[in-house]
Amino acid sequence: MNEIFLSFEKAFHLIISLDRDLLGIIFLSLYVSGAAIVIASIAGIISAYGLSFKEFPGKGVTISVLNTFMGLPPVVVGLFLYLMLSRRGPFGFMGLLYTPPAMIIAQTVLAFPIITAMSYLSITSVRPNIRLAALGLGATEMQASMAVVKNARYGIISSVMAGLGRVMAEVGAVLIVGGNIAGYTRVMTTTIALEYDKGNFDLAIALGIILLLIALGINSALFFFQGRTYR
Amino acid sequence: MRLFRNVMLLGLMLSMLSVSMAAAGMRLRCASTTSTQNSGLFEYLLPIVETETGIKVDVVAVGTGAALEIGKRGDADVLFVHAKDDELRLVKDGWFVNRHDVMYNDFVIVGPPHDPAGISGLTSATGAFGKMSVAEAPFISRGDNSGTNKKELKIWKEAGINPEDGKWYLEVGQGMGKTLRIASEKQAYTLTDRGTWLALKDQEKLDLRIMVEGDNMLFNQYGVMAVSPKRQPHVKHAEAMKFINFLISEKGQKAIGGFRDSHGNQLFHPDAE
Repeated sequence: MNEIFLSFEKAFHLIISLDRDLLGIIFLSLYVSGAAIVIASIAGIISAYGLSFKEFPGKGVTISVLNTFMGLPPVVVGLFLYLMLSRRGPFGFMGLLYTPPAMIIAQTVLAFPIITAMSYLSITSVRPNIRLAALGLGATEMQASMAVVKNARYGIISSVMAGLGRVMAEVGAVLIVGGNIAGYTRVMTTTIALEYDKGNFDLAIALGIILLLIALGINSALFFFQGRTYR
Repeated sequence: MRLFRNVMLLGLMLSMLSVSMAAAGMRLRCASTTSTQNSGLFEYLLPIVETETGIKVDVVAVGTGAALEIGKRGDADVLFVHAKDDELRLVKDGWFVNRHDVMYNDFVIVGPPHDPAGISGLTSATGAFGKMSVAEAPFISRGDNSGTNKKELKIWKEAGINPEDGKWYLEVGQGMGKTLRIASEKQAYTLTDRGTWLALKDQEKLDLRIMVEGDNMLFNQYGVMAVSPKRQPHVKHAEAMKFINFLISEKGQKAIGGFRDSHGNQLFHPDAE
């Protein structure tokens, strides 16, 4: 138990000392996860919209595949992308392996199915009554669809939050395609894994506490933002 | 308006992306092993390399097996590993060039203080492994194709034993630190490099002791080599050679010999020719 208290103390010291290396790591974590979430959200919400309002062959299969991919093991995604981005892989000429953009790609792949599947669920769950009401009041097809999406916005925001939670906590994929290079591709989670390897348990937990505090901050901000738009 | 702002944000993100890609051009990529990284050697050595040669070295630390594979695929420019037999074979096969010995440390066999197999103080590694298999004393193997794992398998082979049949032989597939922790918890024997052992034993209060040390077989040679520019034309060969030449220079060797871990132990002994 003593070790846990020690970790909290260490986390506190790390935060108030504003260590430059640590700030770099935190910034990179936010940058990689943030960029991945922006890309995955745009692609995911558009895909969810398409899935909800368009009929096409193979739609059921697509949804089943998306639901399955919500549980993609990050290590598998990492290894697959490694083979794609490796010099001997099809995209090797781009030189992306062991760079932050490779990490963004990996996290986008992980977040996209979650955002798409959950947004689709929230859009379809408000569809019948609102859509019919809007059409009944003389809205066009497009306007009716937008009304539905507007009413599903809390579900959509939740899906983005779930995606963000997944990528912020993820370690397996970014470790493989990022390489955990000090000062370049080292993020919070890979630092925690490394400090565990080195046997610095208290430092690893301290970093974990900081990661949780950041997640808490983001969630609180979104909750506040969501509350305001509601009123 | 909100859409406009979001598009601006995306543009900002993308421009940051391209900046970080441009920065990637200035770096030399070195694939190395977790044991070297966890010892803290790179944190000490790389700033010296940068001051002396102007090269910023990015280290990707993985198991030796993965490091060799990453090098063969051309995903690194230079390798810093410890599997001399494999290294020489791959140089012969044309994958790597300009291999040099850089430094060494050694392996030790550690085990529980009550020493159920009675190997404490033996001078032969193969003899100790033989006694462990007869006693069927629990043994933890890295089982991850790392340099340490390769060394362990070599000792079993020399001793004429196939340990994988025994229930007492556990492959954990983890790094050295984790393997030592598991050995301590399970009161089992294991083979470890001295560096990781020295770094972890005080800090973690491992319930293990050194049983066998000093056998020539337990020697752990580290080497550096460049990825062949003939096989992988895109590698930064000139920088790789500069890095290698610094490591084996008098200055580089002195720097390696001067490295101490947080407990003041010398972990690596320079031995470049």
